[in-house]
Amino acid sequence: MDYEAVIGLEVHLQLATESKLFCGCPTKFGAPPNSQTCPVCLGLPGVLPVLNEQTVDWGVRVACALNATIGQIMKFDRKQYFYPDLPKSYQISQYDQPLAQHGHLDIVVDGQPKRIGIRRIHLEEDAGKLLHEASATESFVDFNRTGVPLLEIVTEPDLRSADAAYQYLTELKAILEYLDVSTCNMEEGSLRCDTNISLRPPKATTLGSRVEVKNLNSFRAVKLALEYEATRQAAALDGGEPLPQETRLWNAKAQRTEPLRSKEEASDYRYFPEPDLVPFTLEAALVERLRQALPELPAQRRSRLQSAYQLSAYDAQVLTQSRVLADLFEGALRCGASPKPAANWIMGELLAYLNAKGLEPSAVKLRPEWLAHLVELIAQGTLSGPMAKAVFLQMVERGLDPVQIVAEGRLAQIVDPGALERIAEEVVQANLKSVADYRSGKVNAFTYLMGQAMKRSQGKANPQQMAELLKRTLHNDGGPTP
Amino acid sequence: MAGGELASKTIHELRALIDAGTISPQELLDDLLTRLAQLNPSLGAYIDIAPERLRRQLREEFSADRRGLLWGIPITIKDNICIAGEETTCASRILRGFRPPYDATVIERLRRAGAFLIPRANMDEFAFGSSTENSAWLITRNPWAPDRVPGGSSGGCASAVAGDLAIAALGSDTGGSIRQPASFCGVVGLKPTYGRVSRYGLVAFASSLDQIGPIAKDVTDCAMVLSAIAGHDARDSTSAPVEVPDYVGQLGGSVKGLRLGVPELPREGLNDEVERAIAQAVTVFEGLGLEVEPVQLPNIGKSVAAYYIIATAEASSNLARYDGVQYGFRAAVHRPPSTVHSELMEMYLRTRTEGFGAEAKRRILLGSYVLSHGYYDAYYLKGMKVRTLIKRDFDEAFRRCDVLLMPTSPTPAFRLREKVDDPLQMYLSDIYTISANLAGIPAVSLPCAFSGEGLPIGMQLLAAPFREDVLLRTAYAYEQATKWHLRAPQVRGER
Repeated sequence: MDYEAVIGLEVHLQLATESKLFCGCPTKFGAPPNSQTCPVCLGLPGVLPVLNEQTVDWGVRVACALNATIGQIMKFDRKQYFYPDLPKSYQISQYDQPLAQHGHLDIVVDGQPKRIGIRRIHLEEDAGKLLHEASATESFVDFNRTGVPLLEIVTEPDLRSADAAYQYLTELKAILEYLDVSTCNMEEGSLRCDTNISLRPPKATTLGSRVEVKNLNSFRAVKLALEYEATRQAAALDGGEPLPQETRLWNAKAQRTEPLRSKEEASDYRYFPEPDLVPFTLEAALVERLRQALPELPAQRRSRLQSAYQLSAYDAQVLTQSRVLADLFEGALRCGASPKPAANWIMGELLAYLNAKGLEPSAVKLRPEWLAHLVELIAQGTLSGPMAKAVFLQMVERGLDPVQIVAEGRLAQIVDPGALERIAEEVVQANLKSVADYRSGKVNAFTYLMGQAMKRSQGKANPQQMAELLKRTLHNDGGPTP
Repeated sequence: MAGGELASKTIHELRALIDAGTISPQELLDDLLTRLAQLNPSLGAYIDIAPERLRRQLREEFSADRRGLLWGIPITIKDNICIAGEETTCASRILRGFRPPYDATVIERLRRAGAFLIPRANMDEFAFGSSTENSAWLITRNPWAPDRVPGGSSGGCASAVAGDLAIAALGSDTGGSIRQPASFCGVVGLKPTYGRVSRYGLVAFASSLDQIGPIAKDVTDCAMVLSAIAGHDARDSTSAPVEVPDYVGQLGGSVKGLRLGVPELPREGLNDEVERAIAQAVTVFEGLGLEVEPVQLPNIGKSVAAYYIIATAEASSNLARYDGVQYGFRAAVHRPPSTVHSELMEMYLRTRTEGFGAEAKRRILLGSYVLSHGYYDAYYLKGMKVRTLIKRDFDEAFRRCDVLLMPTSPTPAFRLREKVDDPLQMYLSDIYTISANLAGIPAVSLPCAFSGEGLPIGMQLLAAPFREDVLLRTAYAYEQATKWHLRAPQVRGER
């Protein structure tokens, strides 16, 4: 039977604020273990949390970007459980009055627009990190991550396919990147995702057994895990097998989900309002100010690029998937580049380069005016196709203006007839056998001689001119014309 | 001088002597330490004393330039207030060996005022108790009678101040833990308004009820210590950005015409002598020109129930961090982990079972229960609603009165071991002190009589939030008119 998949996503996002949620420690990733801690985030006896207001501002901005209703009161609660990476044995989180609720995010699935509801968005502190691999007998705890601010974003179960889930995550990441609130890096753990999926017969109104899947390290893993689960659950339902409500882990190596070892006891988190923090009103005026100051978001930018520059929906999508790329594109246009070539360079060479090196767009220091200059140099004829690609590579790797690269003297195309003639002469002199071959009718010999000419000019000879001059030299140089 | 001559003086007396150059801080400390050596073995006010280290600290760390209100004065600190580098255990096995890497805000402020710190006054474990019998380390005796409790949980502080083993002390009060021992030991104990004094560095019992406050020989000393520690602290989100008045300067102000409210109270277990003492105090206040009137606090009878729900709930959460992972005691897991638990769970269970005393466990269980799924509404939420009613009663009372008068404790000091096996009886001894914590208002206990057996009886004055000025002024006027504070116990072992 064909079942309908009902899918929800829960994203935990680390906010890249200056300091942690309740203390002044830095939030930077990769510091030596336990070097970014203080009595407060270590939960030592006697310490108290103090709210970092920047985290609230950023949370509100994200909530506005996701069309959610901002709560009027900002209140925190304690979520209590025991684990070595949780120093206070409770996490300060938000329970019944989250920062925001009832938002939505629009995606496109199979060419159709779909609105995904966002149930809630709330702030909470991150836990530390446990390290098990360093020793056979002991585990270690690194508390650098304890207290880092997290924004939890929970969807309604509105997704109906693994692909839709992937689309949601991609669009969400783009929005978050545009807001510049997080490094959004799943490998580093600044963006984490759990998913839940249940199946039901088509047209059913109740939900089936829900399975939660954790340990997902990439958007692709989310998609694969959901596809796997859909198949597994369908087979179980078809076979009349029981399908318990459970939590499973994604095993990336084996490409399957596996049941989590059963927990010691059911979790009763014993939520109650955090008495060390005083609830306060989120001023409507502040919220409005933050909303007005939002940058143009991906969806808006896509429409604008399509209408302003006659870009296709596909091109607009690719260019806006990252704010860096979109800024580069529009920046180049402002410096005089025309849209089509600028778009092609970004979507073609640049993305290919980034993908090959596994880099994010922000990793490359490419200035818009350089891209504009490159386009201009090609339009002028100073750079030919293959040369332009070489210049592009240098531009990206050395971080230099292409005008400067060309001016270094080694990459300008040679168009001076005198110089080209000289090259032609030299090639003929050095390759008498090939010349003879050519004159005796072997056309391939010309190709070989052209290659030699290009090589001798270090690829800088203008190909059309070189070919012409080479032919002339071959014919003028005595000997019969074929 | 023989031991105790200087130790028996008040801060303000010593201030004058030190400023005049008549005595040095070193002499003062020596005198105090001599008396401590003599009497702490029998009184048990301090968990631990390191006299040579203290002398050395005074010699090496004390700057001659620092001139503050408390310069050169030793202040005794309860074992639940963090002093950097000092062992701070809250009288619990589970924190044995724990040395905080930071100073509590009140400690920083005392240092800035020039005080010298004497750590580790004994207490009930994690402040759970009314007799200091719940300490994991030793019991403390009442200097007025060695077979009597000093009260709790700041029993070590009160006993030390009363017995002149301390000049003054900082204790903490969640349900009466400063005021009740002050009452039992015949000294002055003040619980400030919630938010008046920073809680940063106070090992938390109940976050919405705890306050640090002074225990001293008289009202003037109390005002001096409060001045040094009060005020907003950015590290405590619950501390109030309210200006600190000149408590000391205003002490002698007139009390004529102030309105004194006497509430009708639950009389369960109220001792006759205590009742008479309060009646006599009313007469004194009338003589001082205050207008006395009865007031109603209709919901006060629900205080103990509401308190033991809210306080234990918060305590169960605040004590969850003592799990053997980072610091303090961790039980050894010898035998191979059972198939029922993981090794981690085994460690947690053993550490907390072996590390906590009986009363701590009792409160953690109670608190976890009232917060558990399905019971939150019936207990914790309801308790908080009752709390609001109690607060409103006080708000109403303070519209008509400046100060309220009531007993501190239903009885004078009871005997050691008398209530330790009956937790409910122990809880009921807090019946008059608890409501001030629930309402967040300031309250002070000062001596107002002695029982037929020669035990101190304390009376309690309460005021509106942040009106410690009126509170202390009223207490001062009473004290100066009656001189109860000049009586001192004859402690066995004295010369």
